[in-house]
Amino acid sequence: MTGTASGKVVVSMTVNGDRVEELVEPRWLLADFLRENLGLTGTHVGCEHGVCGACTILMNGNSVRACLTFAVQAQGADIETVESLGTVNDLDDLQESFRKHHALQCGFCTPGMLMTAIDALRKRPLATDQEIRDALSGNICRCTGYQNIVKAVRTMVQKRDGDD
Amino acid sequence: MPGHKPWLPALATDDKSSRLYMKPPAFGYEAPTSIEQATALLSMHDGDARIIAGGQSLVPMLNFRLLVPSVLVDINRIAGLDEIRDDGKGGLTIGALVRHFQLEASELVAARFPILTEAVRHIAHLAIRNRGTIGGSLSHADPAAELPMMVQLLNGALTIAGPDGTRTVAARDFFDGALTTVLDDAEIVTEIALPALPAGAGWGFKEVARRAGDFAMAAAAVTLTQKDTLIEEARVAVMGVHDQAIRVPGAEAMLQGAVADNGTITAAIAAVREAVDPDDDLHATAEFRRHLIGVLVGRAIHDAWHRAAVAHT
Ligand SMILES: Cc1cc2nc3c(=O)[nH]c(=O)nc-3n(C[C@H](O)[C@H](O)[C@H](O)COP(=O)(O)OP(=O)(O)OC[C@H]3O[C@@H](n4cnc5c(N)ncnc54)[C@H](O)[C@@H]3O)c2cc1C
Ligand code: FES
Ligand code: FES
Repeated sequence: MTGTASGKVVVSMTVNGDRVEELVEPRWLLADFLRENLGLTGTHVGCEHGVCGACTILMNGNSVRACLTFAVQAQGADIETVESLGTVNDLDDLQESFRKHHALQCGFCTPGMLMTAIDALRKRPLATDQEIRDALSGNICRCTGYQNIVKAVRTMVQKRDGDD
Repeated sequence: MPGHKPWLPALATDDKSSRLYMKPPAFGYEAPTSIEQATALLSMHDGDARIIAGGQSLVPMLNFRLLVPSVLVDINRIAGLDEIRDDGKGGLTIGALVRHFQLEASELVAARFPILTEAVRHIAHLAIRNRGTIGGSLSHADPAAELPMMVQLLNGALTIAGPDGTRTVAARDFFDGALTTVLDDAEIVTEIALPALPAGAGWGFKEVARRAGDFAMAAAAVTLTQKDTLIEEARVAVMGVHDQAIRVPGAEAMLQGAVADNGTITAAIAAVREAVDPDDDLHATAEFRRHLIGVLVGRAIHDAWHRAAVAHT
């Protein structure tokens, strides 16, 4: 990674399957890079110190806080944001489950909830509602009271485990 | 963050430090690929550079501008620091870049140090565990963080690389109060050695936090071995109730060689409450924390005794 006179560095990564190469300041958070440089405003920014979960994305398949990672650190990484899921007219299964269970109201927390749920569904048994709650405990929602989010994820656990 | 972690020092030097920033200041960025390059960069910048590992403690401090380093030295591109290895003697050697999630998921860790697996389950949330590293947690030295307590409980030793070579520091000598360690500016923790637990050792880990993943109000970790009806070797460590995680030799002395009955446990609890010096904060008073840690230690001793008994028969 080479610096330039302006202090900016070139960073390249894959974002939602597309290869991107941009000039960034090292101090740019990955969340701001995704939103400002790439226009991917689905990744929301709430607390900017890791506690609300709104900015959660996947980096090389693992959920991470985009507000606690610098864009330069994502050099060579494979990034997936909420935009990699379905579209408004063609929701993916997890999004459809959130819609069906009314697991969102204002939607501010939803991108982070979805990306967190994807990683938790891969890594955790989520056998009980308590486990689902624990898995979502790093994501704050001010609207739903969480119950419907738990239901939406539980439906996906059943689907994953084939006991639907 | 102000109010959130009362022991966070106001490290920013300019008079704007009282303003609430939410974006990091400008800094240079280096991503060395060897320990030698990294220590050279750190010594070149003479205290003005900062190591970034998982960034899960550092980046919040940068976003709030509690720290204003001129350069970040990203150690994530250094190969070989992310492994959990068998030391061939029943213990493990853990690279500084091993992520919390790697520890949590490791079968080797679960087999050798089930108490460590249990402790890691209490660190933050999955997304933080995917990034945060053991080297970063130890170097950050939060008084309410699990790993600084666990490496002391497990008689760990840290390998530290500096511009003039490497040194080894026992975990119990590494911490020097809240957010303070014996590390010099140009030094990097490279690995942590955890020697085997004594055969048949039982363990107990008890933590209380407001919600799953929150920083603990207090936690206790205990290991002990049995000889006939007596406690043989006992280790007691606590966190969240002092300016750093500590072992409690006074409580260990009460347990060693004693019968594991209510009287012994009560004496150990009293020794713990005597040894700690908790703070008041948003979540609990010092008095409450002192009470709580005694309760947690008592339960952890109980579990450890029970598991040791199981291991013996
Ligand atoms: C919302 C939230 C909740 C959390 N909850 C908990 C919790 O419950 N329990 C807990 O223990 N932790 C918790 N953490 C902190 C988390 O565990 C961090 O991962 C950890 O404290 C720091 O590790 P890191 O690799 O991210 O270090 P970084 O943030 O990269 O670095 C931390 C400090 O250590 C230095 N450093 C890093 N690596 C090295 C090294 N190898 N050698 C020398 N110096 C080094 C850095 O310069 C910096 O000063 C939480 C964090 C967040 C954001
Ligand atoms: S904005 Fe990243 S966790 Fe809140
Ligand atoms: S739906 Fe509004 S914050 Fe969760």
